[in-house]
Amino acid sequence: MNTLEPILAEHPFLHGLAPAHVSLLVGCASNVVFQPGETVFREGDPADDFFIVREGDVGVELHVPGQGTMTIATVGAGEILGWSWLVPPHRCAFSARAATRVRAISFDGACLRDKCDRDPALGYELLKRVAMVMADRLQATRLQLLDLYERH
Amino acid sequence: MEAVAADPMLPAPWRVARVRRDTADTFTLDLAPAGGAAPAPFAPGQFNMLWAFGVGEVPISISGDPARPAVLRHTTRAVGTVTRAMARLRRGGVLGVRGPFGSAWPTDEAEGADVVLVAGGIGLAPLRPALLRILARRRRYGRVVVAYGTRTPADVLFRDDLQRWQARGDVEVLVTVDRAAGGWAGRVGVVPSVLRLASFDPARTVAMVCGPEVMMRFAAQELLRRGVAPARIHVSVERNMKCAVGFCGHCQLGPDFVCRDGPVLPWARLATRLLVPEV
Repeated sequence: MNTLEPILAEHPFLHGLAPAHVSLLVGCASNVVFQPGETVFREGDPADDFFIVREGDVGVELHVPGQGTMTIATVGAGEILGWSWLVPPHRCAFSARAATRVRAISFDGACLRDKCDRDPALGYELLKRVAMVMADRLQATRLQLLDLYERH
Repeated sequence: MEAVAADPMLPAPWRVARVRRDTADTFTLDLAPAGGAAPAPFAPGQFNMLWAFGVGEVPISISGDPARPAVLRHTTRAVGTVTRAMARLRRGGVLGVRGPFGSAWPTDEAEGADVVLVAGGIGLAPLRPALLRILARRRRYGRVVVAYGTRTPADVLFRDDLQRWQARGDVEVLVTVDRAAGGWAGRVGVVPSVLRLASFDPARTVAMVCGPEVMMRFAAQELLRRGVAPARIHVSVERNMKCAVGFCGHCQLGPDFVCRDGPVLPWARLATRLLVPEV
């Protein structure tokens, strides 16, 4: 058995996924480590990878001319980083940098898309899970836009 | 706790012993009894009516240590006429104080349980006394989590306290800001998201939540999603308080007067009420 299989099965993003689907995903996965300050991906890069974070924090960043680099979200252990692999034109919309030492599983985006196309049940399951993350982050972004603490 | 002065409508004079600027617009006043006023024991979560003479009166939660009632501490933001007048006070200045009033955080009922404190913005101030009491009796509780969100790194309140609590090793402190420029090594995101990282057993957790009402609604939803019972989630609500003793009705929230029945109320009692804009 590939050693990544139990790691994938236990990660909150993939928890409960059918073992057969976990086995399919393992073929696209590899262990990665980023040191603090190391770039994970850059805005505009091809979105070749998708990460599930096991340890540490990653800052999702955007460079704002005149203001410098702004961190717009932090992705931590148990969360996923990047969904541009799923959405054409498969380019990174933001940059990401390790805020601490980060251990993650990296998935080859093209490999994942291919497996999802071949196995629609896997594709639907992954899409539902990514959609939940998107919904959570949209909700969080809306709360941030409200600037709730301006007077509190 | 029965600690209201003989005439709850009569302010007692308290002298400013210390002023601390916490952030650009937030300050802490330590008050000492003046003119024969007696120290006022308080329970975590209670508030006082503070009177800036010649300007007006506002309800401000107590942010001090309940074990040290001789120093009456309030932390607030200068956002209105009265709080801006209070921000101009210096050591030796005098404020009128009525109180303490209102219900308390359930620190006694939470003994034996995991405790999750969720604060947004200045909402950390009313929760500080609860945490100080819990830490003074640390062995009586399970896991203790402090999840705190604010606007930017410059707005982080009680920075020294947060570092001290984190350094203890028996409190999980999760701090997040809504936005940050480079140089901030902490998290960026909203408090409900940060709650997902917190380690606690939902089945034996008591949660105490204080912050902007929208933030409290979403934090409560996340706690419920994790499995915390509605009756074990407590929030501190704000309404327009005037008399503070349940006479005038300005702070009515459905069947409750926030000054008398609150400000700390169980989520089970509030959940649907807070979704009614007319209330």
